[in-house]
Amino acid sequence: MVGAQANEAGRQATAALATQAPAIELKGISKAFGTVQANKDISIRVMPGTIHGIIGENGAGKSTLMSILYGFYKADAGEIWIKGQRTQIPDSQAAISAGIGMVFQHFKLVQNFTVLENIILGAEDGALLRPSLAKARKELKRLAEEYELNVDPDELIEELSVGHQQRVEILKALYRQADILILDEPTGVLTPAEADHLFRILDNLRKEGKTIILITHKLREIMEITDTVSVMRRGQMTATVKTAETSPEQLAELMVGRKVLLNVTKAPAQPGKTVLEVEKLRVVDEDGIERLKGIDLNIRAGEILGIAGVAGNGQSELLEVLGGFAKATGTIRVNGEEIDLTGKHSDGQSRRRRGISHVPEDRHHLGLILDFAAWENMIFGYHNDAAYQKNAFVMDNAGIVQHTQEAMERFDVRPPIPTLPAKSFSGGNQQKIVLAREIERNPTLLLVGQPTRGVDIGAIEFIHKRIVELRDQGAAILLVSVELDEIRSLADRVAVMFDGRIMGHGPVESATQTGMGCLMAGLGGDDVRGMDGWTISDEAAPEETA
Amino acid sequence: MEKTPKWVDVALIPVLNLLIAFVISGIVVLLIGEDPIKAIKVMVSGALGSPYGWGYTLYYATNFIFTGLAVAVAYHASQFNIGGEGQATLGGLGVALVLLAFPWPHWSIALIAAMIGGALFGAAWAAVPAYLQAKRGSHIVITTIMFNFIGASLLNYMLVNVLRPRGAMDPATARFAKETYLPTFHDLPLIGQFFSKSVPANVSFFIALLACWLVWILIWRTKLGFEIRAFGRSETAARYAGISPVKVIMVAMLISGGLAGLMAINNVMGQGHRLVLNSVEGAGFIGIAVALMGRNHPVGVFLAAILFGFLYQGGGELALETTIPRELITVIQALVILFTGAFDNMLRAPIEHFFVARANAQKEA
Repeated sequence: MVGAQANEAGRQATAALATQAPAIELKGISKAFGTVQANKDISIRVMPGTIHGIIGENGAGKSTLMSILYGFYKADAGEIWIKGQRTQIPDSQAAISAGIGMVFQHFKLVQNFTVLENIILGAEDGALLRPSLAKARKELKRLAEEYELNVDPDELIEELSVGHQQRVEILKALYRQADILILDEPTGVLTPAEADHLFRILDNLRKEGKTIILITHKLREIMEITDTVSVMRRGQMTATVKTAETSPEQLAELMVGRKVLLNVTKAPAQPGKTVLEVEKLRVVDEDGIERLKGIDLNIRAGEILGIAGVAGNGQSELLEVLGGFAKATGTIRVNGEEIDLTGKHSDGQSRRRRGISHVPEDRHHLGLILDFAAWENMIFGYHNDAAYQKNAFVMDNAGIVQHTQEAMERFDVRPPIPTLPAKSFSGGNQQKIVLAREIERNPTLLLVGQPTRGVDIGAIEFIHKRIVELRDQGAAILLVSVELDEIRSLADRVAVMFDGRIMGHGPVESATQTGMGCLMAGLGGDDVRGMDGWTISDEAAPEETA
Repeated sequence: MEKTPKWVDVALIPVLNLLIAFVISGIVVLLIGEDPIKAIKVMVSGALGSPYGWGYTLYYATNFIFTGLAVAVAYHASQFNIGGEGQATLGGLGVALVLLAFPWPHWSIALIAAMIGGALFGAAWAAVPAYLQAKRGSHIVITTIMFNFIGASLLNYMLVNVLRPRGAMDPATARFAKETYLPTFHDLPLIGQFFSKSVPANVSFFIALLACWLVWILIWRTKLGFEIRAFGRSETAARYAGISPVKVIMVAMLISGGLAGLMAINNVMGQGHRLVLNSVEGAGFIGIAVALMGRNHPVGVFLAAILFGFLYQGGGELALETTIPRELITVIQALVILFTGAFDNMLRAPIEHFFVARANAQKEA
């Protein structure tokens, strides 16, 4: 709702400033890395006091373009004009003095410094810190009031939530007098509430005449907050349109160059016998904090159970325990047999022998070894299987490469070269490698965490299809996703997690957006009670108190 | 992304690094008033110019192959084993105890027994730091360094108080029986005629070559090697795959310590014929440079070990034949380590850039 008003205000601002020079104008920017043309003849104009979205699939060249603007890369050709003046940006210092501030996807903050220390880092006025700190404290107070950017200046970064850390990044840019802010995938790490707050901040900044470039691949954000939007595809700018004059479907089409089915077509589930039974599952982490507070759930063969919820409410821990790399108390049975939760057989390899495959949430740190070749990743976790051994001593490397080649073709991994290291593949293709490895074992139970995070739309469709196919072959599937749309289109039943508990579960057909939203916030209330066939936990607060 | 040709990565860059190191060394030689060209000539002819020189160069290289492999294996499991010196010291103790314990009838049987003894003692000396790292998280760099000191003191105690023959004045064991002396290059068929009786290079060199091949098999062809490399690249992913960190750290470090301990068949059994104080002579530390320069690959380790063998032997000749002090050899070795190891990226980035740009230009043309 904020977005709608903001758009209105923004458009008025745009109209008023139409005669002014653009805040940023790029003319014919090109950049190649080796044979890959990351940016090809890109031109955009961003007017002051507007929010300009840049949307595109992973690897479309959005981040490269912004890195050129911020002086990390030098363009092979093209011109950068800032506020009507041709500007050279050889390094980030030049970008900062041109008034450009950048908020990276992965924050660049010193964890054990305070907010204030991080703000002045690199912008100290002299050898002594005290005057700089005092000045920054005053400035911070002003900025906090002006833009709803409240953070405690004396808090250590490591004590702050991700949303607050991002505010510090924004404050850092503003403290350096940036009036052009670039945000790279800012909501990727945020909870929905934090994202809403971020958008309010961006709206305030726009009202004060700041120019904002928002890089994202989430259509909803573009529609909600931007004034104009540019679409990038394979290094080229395919369109720049006014947000008010476009639709998510049109943008999606522009992004991938063809129509995309955002909804999965699937036959109704035909659940068989119960495969997974979880009872009273509890996890206490190293700091003694209870992460799972007694989870009960079950999944039948040929059924997808979707776990919805804001990230950080115990979904990761649930996957880790089921996948065999975190200890827990309680009971887990697979096909009626209890599995070891703490002892010798509570590791990933024992789980795999039980027919549990796991597509982890974080493919960079868990699912893949980025330096390993695709063929090494294709057997990772299954490397002890007899099929991959040549004899008692050595592995059958040639056979594994051959097997990988075939699997890559079946899963449309591009390029299908088994000897290429995993880090050379795009996000979507990396995920397909993980998926091929886990799905081709025909698991009885497949654990999937955030299967399409950071994956382009073309690959999303493919991944969703394969998951549904596996379900139709009779596998039980546990799907964890923070994307409600994904849960709604893939799952047969939904369970909503909040604060280490399952707040409610029921069939996907009767789940309403608002009802699930309430459960995700730990609330009961009328919206939740209205959902047919749902079982609601006693822990859900009876009334909406928010 | 276009990649640099492989030969640039594995050959051109190390050679250029080496050249820079030699040029700077030459400047240092000039500064102390000697002729660098003459110095190089002395080094090359002393180390490589005669079978005698080769006999020493390959003897030193054998030591460095073992300790270099030790560092490389641990490195693949992301463990930085600084303790090669201590592990080789203990390996010497193991070899000496085995050889003194029994009247061995023939060197070949004695060699097998000595290898087992040396490897076991070396592995045992690596086991404690490995366990502390795997189970308690004590940093392996710190613990292995400390174990070098403990190892030196232990050897001191053993030689002075336990193993020194009655009435002997120096802290050393008794001489081993003649039957256990390893054949030197002089004793070998075919090549024996070229080498004089006094060269120390012996059959251990071939054991070292065998070790290179076995390490290559281990790291790149076995399940264990797969797990070691996986753990070395990403601990979190290894945990996801069900690879036990404790197992990988322990096994990799035991193999590493065992390889360092094996060095003793060369310096103690093959050359010294008795165990003396400081018989390792820093080879454990040189192993770090050898592994670094050899990019932790057995072939690279072999080549780097030959290079350092050359520097060791050539450096010795330099001290004999010129007024260049022996300490300068250490300077030259340090420069080689500095440029091949620490400054590697300094040269790598511009060269890679050059080749990528050239490849692109060719594509477009």
